[in-house]
Amino acid sequence: MSSKRPFIQRIWPLLPGLAALLITTLLLMGMGTNPVDAYAAMWQGAFGSSARLYSVLAFLVPLLLAASGLLLTFKAGLWNIGIEGQIIMGAIAASWVALRVELPAGLQIPLELLAAMAGGGLWALLAGVLKTRGGVHEIFGGLALNNLAILFTNYLIAGPWQPPEGGSFRGTQTFGAHALLPLFDNSRLSLLSLALAVLAFAGVALLLTNSHWGLRLKALGKNARSAFLLGVSSQRELLLAMALCGALAGLGGGVRVLSWFDSLRQSISGGIGYLALMVVLLAGFRLVLTPLVAFFFSAVLNGSITLQLRTQLHSALGDILTGILVLLVLLFGNYERVRNALQKRRRAQHG
Amino acid sequence: MHKKVLLLLALTALVLAACGASTPSGENFTFGVILVGPQNDHGWSQAHYEGGQYVVENLPGAEMIVFESLNPADKPEATLEGVVDEMVAQGATLIITTSDEFEEDTTTVAAKYPEVTFVNVSGDDALTGEGPANLSNIMGRMEEMKAIAGCAAALTTQTGQLGYVGPLINHETLRLTASAYLGAQHCYETYRGLDADDLEFTVSWIGFWFNIPGVTSDPTEVTTNFIDTGVDVVLSGIDTTEAINVAGQRAAAGDAVWAVPYDYLAACDNAPDICLGVPFFNWGPDYLALATAVVDGSWTQSWVWSGPNWADLSDLDSSAVGWLNGPGLSEEAAADLADYISKLASGEVAVWTGPINLQDGSAYIAAGEVGSDEQVWYLPQLIEGMNGPSQ
Repeated sequence: MSSKRPFIQRIWPLLPGLAALLITTLLLMGMGTNPVDAYAAMWQGAFGSSARLYSVLAFLVPLLLAASGLLLTFKAGLWNIGIEGQIIMGAIAASWVALRVELPAGLQIPLELLAAMAGGGLWALLAGVLKTRGGVHEIFGGLALNNLAILFTNYLIAGPWQPPEGGSFRGTQTFGAHALLPLFDNSRLSLLSLALAVLAFAGVALLLTNSHWGLRLKALGKNARSAFLLGVSSQRELLLAMALCGALAGLGGGVRVLSWFDSLRQSISGGIGYLALMVVLLAGFRLVLTPLVAFFFSAVLNGSITLQLRTQLHSALGDILTGILVLLVLLFGNYERVRNALQKRRRAQHG
Repeated sequence: MHKKVLLLLALTALVLAACGASTPSGENFTFGVILVGPQNDHGWSQAHYEGGQYVVENLPGAEMIVFESLNPADKPEATLEGVVDEMVAQGATLIITTSDEFEEDTTTVAAKYPEVTFVNVSGDDALTGEGPANLSNIMGRMEEMKAIAGCAAALTTQTGQLGYVGPLINHETLRLTASAYLGAQHCYETYRGLDADDLEFTVSWIGFWFNIPGVTSDPTEVTTNFIDTGVDVVLSGIDTTEAINVAGQRAAAGDAVWAVPYDYLAACDNAPDICLGVPFFNWGPDYLALATAVVDGSWTQSWVWSGPNWADLSDLDSSAVGWLNGPGLSEEAAADLADYISKLASGEVAVWTGPINLQDGSAYIAAGEVGSDEQVWYLPQLIEGMNGPSQ
C-alpha cells in the first residue's frame, strides 16, 4: 500500500488534464467530429506555420505579463480580480501618449510603455487603498474598477478620441506609425514586448524566490495577523504587490494597443485578465508552470480559430476545454486535499 | 442531303444551347463568411449566414467556411487578418466580411491578398476609392423597409409613443432610425388623421450591435424602460432580438405592447402575437450573383446599395431587402400599410421628401425636394422632432 502512494502522488497532477482531454474528446464525438482531426486542426492552428506561432506568442505577451503580476498578489493572499481593469487602464494610458505626445524616436515608445505601467499600477493601487483604508474587499473593489475602466474606454472611443471621420464604436483614431511597436515579420508580434514579458516573469520569479520582500509577502499571504506580529507591515506590502501587479498588467494593455491593434478598441482586453487568473490557478501558483500554462492557453485559443474554420463546430470549443481543465484542477488537482476529503467521508460513513 | 445538314445544324444548336444554359458550376469554389455575432442570433448575423447557405444551395459544389462572433469581447485572441489567413489557406477565393466593424481591417487585408475577392458589407471604401481593386461593398437599401416599420408602429400605437432600440451611432444607424421616424410621421398623419408633431419617437443607443454585458447598455433593460415610461411599440435596430422578447413577455403579462424586430426574416417567431412585422435583409441573391461573378471571372469592383423587389417584398429569390407583416398587425392597419407600400413602390410617396431639418434645426432637405442617395447615406444627425442623442 505505502509503496503505491508516491506513484499516485507523482502522476496525480496529470489526471485532471487527462480527464479534461477525455471529456473534450467525448464532446467532439458527440458533435459528430473525429477528435483526431479536431486536435490536428488545433495543433496546426497554433503551430502549423511560423505566422501561427507568432500569433500565439503575440497573444501570450499580455497574458504572461498579467499572470506574472498575479503571482505576486496571490502570494500576498490577494484576489486581484481587478486585473482586467488594470490591463485596460494601461492600454488607455499608452493610448494617451500615442495620440497626444510626439517625441523623438528613441523616447516615444519607452514613454508609452512607462505610461501603460503607471496607468495599470495606479488603478491597482486604488483597489489596494480601497481595501486597506476603505475596508472594501479587493474582489468587489476590483470588479467595480473593471467596469469603470470599460466605461472610460467607451467614453473615450465615442467622445474625445473618436476618429476624425466620425463615430464608430470600433475604436479610437489609429496611432501614427512612430507610436507603434515595431512588428516582427508581418505578424502582430513585437519582439520587444516578448522580451519584456520574459524579463518581467524572471523578475517576479527572482523576487519571490530570492528576496527578503518575497518572504514577507509569503508570510502575509499565509497569515496576515501573525505576519503583522512579526513586524511585517501588511499595508505597505499589500499595496506594493498590487501596484507591481497592476504595472505588469498595464504593460500588457499597452502592448495590446501598440502592437496587437493600432488604436484603443472597445473590449481592448476582452477578458485576458480573467484568463490570466485561470492560468495562475491552473498552474497551482507554481512559478515554473505559469509561463507553460499561459503558452498552452494561448496555443489552445489560437488553435481553436483554425478548429472552427476547419470543422465548423461551435466556436467556443477552446474556451470549453480550458474551462473544464481549470475546474477539474481546482476540484481534484490537489492530491492531499482529495485524499483528506475522501478519508473524512469514509470516516463519516463508518460513523 | 438537305435533311442531313439540317439535322446536323439542329444537333449543333442543341449542344450549344445546353452549354449556354448550364448553371455555372461552383466546384472547387470556396468562399468565407465572417460574422460579428453568432450565426443563430435570429438577427443580423443569421441573415448573412443564410445568405451564404443560399449560395451553397444554388451554386452546385460551392463550399462555405463561416467564422462567427469575431469581436474582441468574445474572441480577444482572434483578428480579422488571422481568420482571413486561414480562409485563404483553405482555398477561399471570395471572402465576405459582414460588419462595419470589419471595414478598415478588410481594406488592409484585401491589399495583402490581391488575388482574393473581398466584400465588406455596409462599408464605403469602394465608393470613396480608399479600398484596393479587389474590394467591393454591398449594403441592402433598408431605408424604405424601416419607413414601413415606422408606419406599422404609428398605425398601431395607442399611447402615441414609439421607442427605438439603437445600436451605436454612425451614418448607417442614423439614416435607418430617421427613416423609421419619417415613415411613422407620414402614416400617423395620413392614415390616422393625427398631428405628426404629437408622435413621440425616442431613440436609445445601447453602444454596440448587440449586448456585451458590462460594456453596452442592456437592451433588455432599455426595452423594459421604454415600456415602463409609456412606449407601446418598440422598434429594434440592433442585431439581436431583445426588444421583441421583452415586449412578448410584457404582453403575456397583460400590457398592450407591440414590437418590430429587425434583420432576420423569421425574427417575428420570438413573439408572433405582438409582432407587427419585420424589415429584413435577404442577402442570398446578391451573394449568389457575387459568387457566380467570381467563379466565371466577370467580377468587377463595385459599391452596391441593393434595393427591394417592389412587386413582391417577400420574394426571397429577388428582393435584397423586404418586409413581412407580423401576426400582431391589425387588419385595418395592414390595409393602410399596404396602401403606403404601394405608394412607395409607385414612387407617389418618397420617404425622404423635404422639408427635413436636422436635429439641431439646420435645414437638410428643402421643401418639395427628395433627398439624394448621398444625402441619405451620409445623414449627419437625427432629424428634427426625434428624441435621443445624435452623437
